[in-house]
Amino acid sequence: MTQRSGNVADGRTLFAGSARGPVVRLDEPLSLWGGMDPATGRVIDRRHPQFGQNVAGRILLMPSGRGSSSSSSVLAEAVRAGTAPAAVVLVVPDPIVALGAVVAAELYGRRVPVVVVDETTYRSIRTGDEVVVEARESSATVRVASPPS
Amino acid sequence: MTLELTPSDRAMIDGERGEAARLATRIVAAMAAATGAERLIDVASAHVDGCLYHGQASLDFAGRLVDGGARVTIPTTLNVGSVDLLHPELNRGDPATIERGRRLMDLYVSMGCRPTWTCAPYQLPGRPALGQHVAWAESNAVVFANSVLGARTDRYGDFIDICAAIAGRAPASGLHLDANRAGEILFRMSGISKALLAEDVLYPVLGHLVGLQAGTMVPVIEGLPGSATEDQLKALGAAAASSGAVALFHAVGVTPEARSADEAMGGKEPRRVVEVSPSRLAEARDSLSTISGDRLDAVSVGTPHFSVEEFARLTPLLERTAISPAVGFFVSTSRQVLAEIEARGWLEVYRRAGVKLVVDTCTYVTPILAPSHRVVMTNSAKWAYYAPGNVGVEVVFGSLEECVRSAAEGRVRHDAALWQRG
Repeated sequence: MTQRSGNVADGRTLFAGSARGPVVRLDEPLSLWGGMDPATGRVIDRRHPQFGQNVAGRILLMPSGRGSSSSSSVLAEAVRAGTAPAAVVLVVPDPIVALGAVVAAELYGRRVPVVVVDETTYRSIRTGDEVVVEARESSATVRVASPPS
Repeated sequence: MTLELTPSDRAMIDGERGEAARLATRIVAAMAAATGAERLIDVASAHVDGCLYHGQASLDFAGRLVDGGARVTIPTTLNVGSVDLLHPELNRGDPATIERGRRLMDLYVSMGCRPTWTCAPYQLPGRPALGQHVAWAESNAVVFANSVLGARTDRYGDFIDICAAIAGRAPASGLHLDANRAGEILFRMSGISKALLAEDVLYPVLGHLVGLQAGTMVPVIEGLPGSATEDQLKALGAAAASSGAVALFHAVGVTPEARSADEAMGGKEPRRVVEVSPSRLAEARDSLSTISGDRLDAVSVGTPHFSVEEFARLTPLLERTAISPAVGFFVSTSRQVLAEIEARGWLEVYRRAGVKLVVDTCTYVTPILAPSHRVVMTNSAKWAYYAPGNVGVEVVFGSLEECVRSAAEGRVRHDAALWQRG
């Protein structure tokens, strides 16, 4: 699997910023509201395959957002509480997630980049990979820094 | 794609209408950039969800706007808050959190929003017209406005909703645009009897299934009767917006942008076709319950908020049936509908039955249920979807009649014949 190390994928920026950290990849979309506890960063949607995993400080890969329009608040609150993911990587653009990041940056000056990548890239990155996200206004890159041990 | 702003948008961003309008327009513009919008458009009304307390960030944001002199510039309704202001005795949980929830609600009213406190603003007078652009938040209100009313709103969420209300502007993207309103996935009712199609209980279950299968695609449903009621479509949409990110559905021959399947699909072929068979529905129905067995501690209905017509269905059931004192029974609704129920003289029925009418909030977003209410029955797929995570209960899904009968007998009772109507 070492060949995946160093792979660079281009993506689109929904909210600019940079982050590095281990990946938690979700198998299904997650509504942050009702799905993530902002006090802990844990996935609390009992129907979700990654129920119980903690996304705090992780690079959160999820195929798309889901459901509630309150997810922006949950992300902003998680940023305030220090339990937010370090970055969010999506396949389908989700303005609700991006908005949470925009407002959190306005209120607390902390940026959680939100980027969109294609499905192939999404599948090539796995839970535990160390990933570097560089999201600029014009373009974004997602790079696997090291393979899982 | 670059975002083109009008001189008046720029003036707001430059702070000519004050600090709050500057922040609000900046956030709308940031969202526009994120969604690839080329311009902003005027919106006629807003429905704001940010008044529900999610933690200090909720207060920090509203406080920042109020300090900046925020006033909404278009008619703006408010979604549920985290406190029942009319029945303070119903609010459980820690008093400090209740107080913060109440303070947040006050902040939004002070910006000029109407204290409607309902997730069903479409039950109020002055609904948006077909084709009208609005900025609505709350996933069930969004899907209802788009699908049933044919108004145009994207999936707005907390923060952007009040920003759009202050700026009177929203990004020209998503479901505001014709191109994004065409159906992408087709659901065909297949072998579902007319009798079952007339049952309320079918609609939340169908919605749950549609949401799971559609994800972010726009679903088209073929084979629903033209007689489907607004409450049935409400339940369908709310469910699909919970299990999936559905913000618009078309029901052929039922909803205004779907006079034909071809119109609903925008003249294109579906990317996928799903046959909705009785067995698929049964599977979706069963997946809404988190527990089997017959234990029952409480019933909660009214998610989204109970309408006058739904009260008209529940009232005679409660007149005929005595609810077991061991079972809590909650109905969430708006204070506007509550006033209508009172005017009709129905409140006495609820008082006598020991049913708690909850307004301004909802039983799955804030502590209203008693700690002893561990197993709760509901006719709402949305409630069934979110309550286990939010308020830590086990859920049993059933029809309104099944809920009432179970509450009367003090244990979960299902009507097996309900799903076998031929």
